[in-house]
Amino acid sequence: MKKVDKKFKIIDTIYIVMMILPLAFGIVLNVLTKPHSEGINVTGARIFFTIPMPIQDWVVTEAQVNSLLVTVTILFICLYLTHGLKERIELKRQHLAELAVQKVEGLVLENMGEYFLGFTPFIMGILVLSALSSLTSLLGLFPPTSDINIVGGWAALVFFIIMYYKFKCGPLYYLKGLAEPVAFLAPINLISEFSTPVSMAFRHYGNVLSGTVISVLLSAAFGGLSSLVLGWLPGFLADIPLFQVGIPAVLSLYFDIFSGCLQAFIFAMLTMMNISGGFAIDEYERRKQKKLSQKV
Amino acid sequence: MELAIGIILGCCALGAGIAMVAGIGPGIGEGNAVAKACEAIGRQPESKGAVTTTMLMGCAVAETTGLYALVIAILLLFVAPKILVNILVDAVNALK
Repeated sequence: MKKVDKKFKIIDTIYIVMMILPLAFGIVLNVLTKPHSEGINVTGARIFFTIPMPIQDWVVTEAQVNSLLVTVTILFICLYLTHGLKERIELKRQHLAELAVQKVEGLVLENMGEYFLGFTPFIMGILVLSALSSLTSLLGLFPPTSDINIVGGWAALVFFIIMYYKFKCGPLYYLKGLAEPVAFLAPINLISEFSTPVSMAFRHYGNVLSGTVISVLLSAAFGGLSSLVLGWLPGFLADIPLFQVGIPAVLSLYFDIFSGCLQAFIFAMLTMMNISGGFAIDEYERRKQKKLSQKV
Repeated sequence: MELAIGIILGCCALGAGIAMVAGIGPGIGEGNAVAKACEAIGRQPESKGAVTTTMLMGCAVAETTGLYALVIAILLLFVAPKILVNILVDAVNALK
């Protein structure tokens, strides 16, 4: 191992600080603006302020701010991991970066085929953004994925990509595909086109939100249970939250970590399958060959 | 007036409860999927990874109907009462 020079170290430190800073900022913002409340409280994203706009007011909510903070964090994680890439590996982080890229590349190759290998960064972006957004709930922040607007935006983006690849063989081919297997089923096929992004958005949002709601309800229920068991004791003993210690953490292991990562994976998988499933690659290749032969 | 608001709140809660009956479907469906996946892994333990991935995907897709019901239930519990009570108050004020 060669000696790392000073400039390299300074840049590294800046990256690490910038990784943590947005999340710390989010926590501070959360603590400062959160209204004090007792008992069960299930609310949507808090509204910070509203910017007047010509058609509709732009409402800046907690979810938007948190998702931007997560994006900044991811940017600096990427910069940190790719800092000092060498052909001969010198740093440990390069192994991590290469491992992640290889895994996602394998996933894309397996599910989408060779033609779509350029989608690897996009799929990886969706995976990491979705997973980290869900995991922000571990810091006590409002997870952006439990807001339908954020996830709906991602689903709309994916929908546009799917539509692009469906129209790539020409609009006529697409319209013919709509009228299959029978022509009078075309309206239903059209509905199923639009239900793809809706179901993707609802699936992700509903899973994360249901986890949040169940966590809140269960921790309230445990509070009631512990006051039922220990409530008859005199003095401060009655206030001991016996069941609220530890048990919600075990539940959060499932609802926050497992469910969040699983939903990220499923969102990415569905994206891959819908994009590659909507693209008729044989037809595209055939047309390409035809065009080439006409030119010659 | 109070009675009307009470009816609105009660009916919203009832509607949310009835909507969540849809949770039965995904429960049975996912249970079937997992049972079959367990059988498959039992027959061919070496295909565990592929079977698990496919099963999770299938479960996620099967869960969608339940999540639609969940979204409707949450809308009924947390969003609809406020809107409906506001409409009622406006209507009563207009009558006066």
